[in-house]
Amino acid sequence: MIHYKGFVVAVLVLALPLQVMAEEDNVSDLDLLFSNLDIHGFYEIRSGYRTRKDKYEKDMSIMEQRLQIDLSSYLDWADFKVKGDIIGDLVEEQADFDLREAYIFSRPFDFMDLKVGRQILTWGTGDLVFINDLFGKDWQSFFIGRDTEYLKAPSDAAKISLFSKLVNIDIVYTPQFDPDRFITGERLSYWNSNFGRLAGRDAVVRSDKPDNWFGDDEIAVRLYKNINNYEYAVYGYRGFWKSPGGQNLSIAKAIFPDLNVYGASVRGSVGKGIGNLEFGYYESDNDQSGKDGNINNSELRLLAGYTQEIGKDFTAGLQYYIEHMLDYSRYRDSSPSGLNRDRNRHLITVRLTKLLMNQNLRCSLFTYFSPSDKDVYMRPNINYKVSDNLAVEAGANIFFGDYPDTFFGQFKNNTNIYTGLRYSF
Amino acid sequence: MKLLPLFTVIFVLSTALLAANEPNVPEKITDVETIVNKANFVAYYQGNDGKANVKMTITDKKGQARLREFNILRTDVKDGGDQKYYVYFLRPADVRKMVFMVHKHADIEKDDDRWLYLPALDLVRRIAASDKRTSFVGSDFLYEDVSGRNLAEDTHELTKTTDKYYIVRNVPKKPDTVEFSYFDVSIDQKTFVPMKMEFYDKDKKLYRIIESLKVETIEAKEGEKVHKFPTVVKSAVSDLNTGSKTEMEFTNVQYNINLEDIFTERYLRRPPREAER
Repeated sequence: MIHYKGFVVAVLVLALPLQVMAEEDNVSDLDLLFSNLDIHGFYEIRSGYRTRKDKYEKDMSIMEQRLQIDLSSYLDWADFKVKGDIIGDLVEEQADFDLREAYIFSRPFDFMDLKVGRQILTWGTGDLVFINDLFGKDWQSFFIGRDTEYLKAPSDAAKISLFSKLVNIDIVYTPQFDPDRFITGERLSYWNSNFGRLAGRDAVVRSDKPDNWFGDDEIAVRLYKNINNYEYAVYGYRGFWKSPGGQNLSIAKAIFPDLNVYGASVRGSVGKGIGNLEFGYYESDNDQSGKDGNINNSELRLLAGYTQEIGKDFTAGLQYYIEHMLDYSRYRDSSPSGLNRDRNRHLITVRLTKLLMNQNLRCSLFTYFSPSDKDVYMRPNINYKVSDNLAVEAGANIFFGDYPDTFFGQFKNNTNIYTGLRYSF
Repeated sequence: MKLLPLFTVIFVLSTALLAANEPNVPEKITDVETIVNKANFVAYYQGNDGKANVKMTITDKKGQARLREFNILRTDVKDGGDQKYYVYFLRPADVRKMVFMVHKHADIEKDDDRWLYLPALDLVRRIAASDKRTSFVGSDFLYEDVSGRNLAEDTHELTKTTDKYYIVRNVPKKPDTVEFSYFDVSIDQKTFVPMKMEFYDKDKKLYRIIESLKVETIEAKEGEKVHKFPTVVKSAVSDLNTGSKTEMEFTNVQYNINLEDIFTERYLRRPPREAER
């Protein structure tokens, strides 16, 4: 799938400085842009297999080559960046281009930063758990064993940051809704509630994505302040459920209902480590009363985390997270299928990271465990830097579950192991 | 009556001139606290702020070398006290544009605040690392070598005064928190630059040496005044146990560059030009 929008953004970003220069009739600026050009990137091979038979998917979970090219340059008034991946994908048997970033950054005033174009955006305090970060995620990449950087999907947005002694403000405006790169069944089998069974390539999720420019837009705001190195923030979001949050039975498509989120967080040192607290109120705007069983219920989400160094180059992180449905009885009454989720989804995560051999060998294990869903997702990974340029890694994505329809349990047959080799330049 | 001030002036001038004619004979100091305070100041607190480009070459016992390159910016919140550091990585390629930021606290009871910014994820991470004696970016330099070991952590004893150096022995007050039993520092009597640090393990065996290989005088303005700051521009650390060695070279060293407060989340996410170039 070629992301045509990416090309448009790239062309715009590349054309704008040229345009400005043409108007100023200033050739030396163009020379400057080229002489300041910095080219980097990496070449990567990654392959992985399912460890269990999955009748809905291929045995290969990942089999790809990737060349990332990262171009950056600057002029007095702005920085420019274009970063994209050319991918040869043997699982989907296609070539692909994924534009990761293409933006202009400028500091027009002492109190303002501007970043316009395709960009990766992250905020919030969770470790691989997100409440107020409603920027796109790529769950498919995450589950098949791509580098963690691919969990963040790019947004085509304008980010305006305002700074003052009182408070700092970030405003991110996305003119056309950017959904998650969610699980569709093409690469990973999933629980299909309509069929009441697992499904995959036989039932690829079709979705009805809101896509009117400026009509189906998203706005995310963060107000934040650092007080004695305790980082406080409040957040607001108006947009859509980022992964399908319901379905339209009449057209048999998954939909992205309206969503508003209000939240807050704090992070800072606690004892010998770092503690964080975050909550968010998810207001499912198309189903305020919770009566519509085909649209997600409103929820309260809460996260508490703590990270500490427990040995030499050895850190441990623990998080507790809960999703609490606000109109549960109405959800139960209106739920179309027999299987109901619990009112509360509890989740515990544990991260263990140990660095060895002069920090060239990193062993890590990230585990999600839900005592209410009775499912587990483990991400062991070993990464070794052979030299300054070359790194090799191996890892796995392991899913367990007592039930076929829970968040991680449904992916049981997607359990996979992978290896990768990356040459950076 | 009027002659007295004139005599005083002549006397003061002549002694000053005489002193100037006899260079390289600084008065020997005997108070160890004065010595370590001066050395600490010279090593970590010269100027109000500063920047440098740093190249590190880590060579393991098999001779395989790894390179790190970064720009480092520093500002002093208080002379001899709290400081802020901003480290912008240039090499190797996989850590390029990553930023490491530290708010260092002089209060011995308070851990430093540290952040890491990962540009590929646009992620600002808080680092929970209370142990300061862990490797800095995989080199033989420890975090504490780079940001400075708090003087209050050790007792200091002037064990020897040679022609050129004060030799100070530093014994940790909490021996169980560190891997050494003591370390000796050779401090240049003229410049107060620590020229050599020798660490002894729990069996009193020498196992780690840090040396200042090259010292230059960097001029910096402060208003109309021009200061001359003796600065280590090349240093090396050898780990005698592992056979590993790290050399650190500083170029483009500048002091008093009038940094704004860039040690914030704003500049973590988007480095200031001073850090990038």
